[in-house]
Amino acid sequence: MSAGTITGVDRRAFLKAGMAGAAGLMIGFYLPGRREALAAAAGGGVAPASLNAWMLIAPNDSVTIMIDKSEMGQGILTALCMIAAEELDCDWKSIRTEFAPAAKEYFNPAFGMQGTGGSSSVRSSWDPLRKAGAGARDMLLQAAATEWKVDKSACRTGNGVIYHDASKRSLTYGKVAESAAKLPVPQDAPLKDPKKYRIIGKATKRLDTPDKVNGKAEFGLDVRRPEMVYAVVARCPVFGGKLASFDATKAKAVPGVKDVVQISRGVAVVADNTWSAMQGRRALEIKWDEGPNAALSSEGISKLFADQTEKSGAEARREGDAGSALAGAAQKIEAIYEVPYLAHATMEPINCTADVRADRVDVWAPTQFQTMSQGTAAKICGLPPEKAFIHTTYLGGGFGRKAGTDFVIEAVETSKAIGKPVKVTWSREDDMQHDYYRPASYAKLFGGLDANGWPVAWTTRVACSSIMELWFPGSTKNNLDPSSVEGVANLPYSIPNIQVDYMRTEPGIPVGFWRSVGNSQNGFFSECFMDELAAAGKKDPYEFRRRFLDKAPRHLGVLELAAQKAGWDKPLPAGRYRGIAVLFAFESYAAQVVEISVNRSAKSVKVHRVVCAVDMGRVVNPLNVAMQCESAIVYGLSSALYGAITIDKGRVTQTNFNNYQVLRIDAMPTVETYIVPSEEKPTGSGELAVPPVVPALCNAIFAATGKRIRRLPIRAEDLA
Amino acid sequence: MAIQLTINGKPQSVDVPPNMPLLWVLRDTLGMTGTKFGCGMALCGACTVHIDGEATRSCITPVGSVAGKKITTIEGLSPDRSHPVQRAWIEVDVPQCGYCQSGQIMSASALLATNPKPSDADIDEAMKGNICRCGTYQRIREAVHRAAALNKAEARPAPLDEIRGEEAALEEQPVEVGGAA
Repeated sequence: MSAGTITGVDRRAFLKAGMAGAAGLMIGFYLPGRREALAAAAGGGVAPASLNAWMLIAPNDSVTIMIDKSEMGQGILTALCMIAAEELDCDWKSIRTEFAPAAKEYFNPAFGMQGTGGSSSVRSSWDPLRKAGAGARDMLLQAAATEWKVDKSACRTGNGVIYHDASKRSLTYGKVAESAAKLPVPQDAPLKDPKKYRIIGKATKRLDTPDKVNGKAEFGLDVRRPEMVYAVVARCPVFGGKLASFDATKAKAVPGVKDVVQISRGVAVVADNTWSAMQGRRALEIKWDEGPNAALSSEGISKLFADQTEKSGAEARREGDAGSALAGAAQKIEAIYEVPYLAHATMEPINCTADVRADRVDVWAPTQFQTMSQGTAAKICGLPPEKAFIHTTYLGGGFGRKAGTDFVIEAVETSKAIGKPVKVTWSREDDMQHDYYRPASYAKLFGGLDANGWPVAWTTRVACSSIMELWFPGSTKNNLDPSSVEGVANLPYSIPNIQVDYMRTEPGIPVGFWRSVGNSQNGFFSECFMDELAAAGKKDPYEFRRRFLDKAPRHLGVLELAAQKAGWDKPLPAGRYRGIAVLFAFESYAAQVVEISVNRSAKSVKVHRVVCAVDMGRVVNPLNVAMQCESAIVYGLSSALYGAITIDKGRVTQTNFNNYQVLRIDAMPTVETYIVPSEEKPTGSGELAVPPVVPALCNAIFAATGKRIRRLPIRAEDLA
Repeated sequence: MAIQLTINGKPQSVDVPPNMPLLWVLRDTLGMTGTKFGCGMALCGACTVHIDGEATRSCITPVGSVAGKKITTIEGLSPDRSHPVQRAWIEVDVPQCGYCQSGQIMSASALLATNPKPSDADIDEAMKGNICRCGTYQRIREAVHRAAALNKAEARPAPLDEIRGEEAALEEQPVEVGGAA
């Protein structure tokens, strides 16, 4: 599979356009085609005035914030509103939201295109949104001052109202928004002193909750268009295979089936409802050319990785002379760690709705990457990108999966072929078997201790696929994909001799961004192996880490906070054991202590409590940070306890939640989240708590059983 | 042949095959998309509705089998988010992506209808068929307890200040912004 089929676009073009977009930042921006809809939403039929690309104010004082990041559960919709409202100084209750269209104004500077991922949303929106809010507030002030014929400096704002105290006059934002929108946008409106924040930093309930308790929130799968038909797609079960031939006769005989069409990714069965389409696909007679991967197996892939780690690869980090230091070490520890492919398994199965017309294409999608969706749709239709309209819905989970454009390709090609709006729905089986998986990975680690049991050398060789080279060919240098080694190459411990190498190895399984990306596996490798070194040196695992974090104060801060809150210095009740881990991911720091018990005769483990400490700079919404830590911990625990996508005959063995199990409520531990107070610039909370939970759990199991878990998921025999 | 259904108290006639799952009749035929598709095999609970008050996975329920029965979906739980489970879900701020929450709420409301004061173990047992990939389970437990309290408060003429007192307690957020030593 070439990466062109994933992105369909040239990333360098985006990077260039992204810079242009950032330079001409959203002054007097006008949203084509949205004013009528917003006017209807605002009430009174009067279009709200747009003060910039994100903030529109209606005569009834409602403030519409354009949400340019995808809301997939991570709470960004609320966080962006908090940032905007703080500087705009509007009434929190006046806020409504609208998902932004695909447009250059909304490019994420972290990617050079519009998209959500890498825990970059708050980080990348922090400055632009605050500046936009402050600028809009300044324009509103000026408009009121002009109307009153007074100086702007004699006026102030408060909760959506402008006051002129000397004359005891006031005007609401809605009354002056229209005239304010005509003013030039100030380039240097002063930003609020953080000490005066009344929204940022306060635990704030999500704005999207009310629509998520009565079925009203519209996810991609809920989109309905006039004359819309429903489709499912038959895809080659073997990665890299393609269609040989098909006979649609029996499929077309299924009641409700309207059409069967070939598209680039397989065969689409179109019907008047999803169920009939699924029945039709079952009846479809189809032959695949299984291609070069038809004999691929998980065992073969593992062996391939093992062979690779015997060779020398790309150097990801080199400090001192690890080879000599290992040779001279008093004690040498060696371990092999391995993890399988993982599916994302978002609760909302993959889907997309498209309506291709002669002069435009509309796409309704739960997409994380609007610009790539736009480019993909436009290219298929032979239209310029501005004629591809991307309507982002709520995402029923994303976790990196919905960064893909495979579902956009299928819907657009199918609509183009049949000349109707169509919704393509993936079954859970489709989702499990045609994902862009968290890469399987294999690591060989060596550690050297001195005579006192302190580490003097650390080496790691990692073999796995490169995500970046699959998605954006040519984007890495020297065969080194940083995402393949993140979580180990940036080992924070001041060990004098460190060497980390990467062996890019491509077995042919499509890989992608899975919540916390490389940190998900490398964090497991590095923080379990650090625990191995501590045990070999006969040291307490917490004190061992502490001593070598002398040059990593923020790592140390979260480690100490987690240990303190977990009561690391106090004994546990009989039968309870704990493990600890600390990691950096996405500009943030997290440490966790996992408390467990093991039933060795039943070969089972129960996770009782997870104490999570995070440092992510200034926090926008501490309530949401706690929710994201709980979420990330569940995601990580699912992978450690159950997660495995295995390959047999070039195809995925797992099909649904019966054989790809995930954590359920009866296995949910108590999670406590503690935030290190910080005035550093904000980072992001979506992913940072995934990586530590897996090693902390496995380290706790070692404390209980004396056995190391070096291969995931944890198996019954590991607990005996 | 048309099948006669009663959905959220309203009679509906649908002309679909009797073996078509109720889920797809609701979503595609009737446009009631609050009930979600998650797995198609009764493994995840996203499609949960009430059939004569009992939590039922609509993805494996042939529509012909529920003709004449009382079907309640998330849209029919209350007209205005006033069902105690919905109110508790809002107070505790349970949803993240929200996709599974229709099913979670339908399972929780069916549980409370038969067990007005469930323990954590009761909640785990009743709710373990509902997967949440965002991991909102801790808040689901809390919200089910909260809904039980709301139910209890409404079942008797409780002094208003007692109810307000409970609500005020919920305003305290379960987040400690604590300092490192």
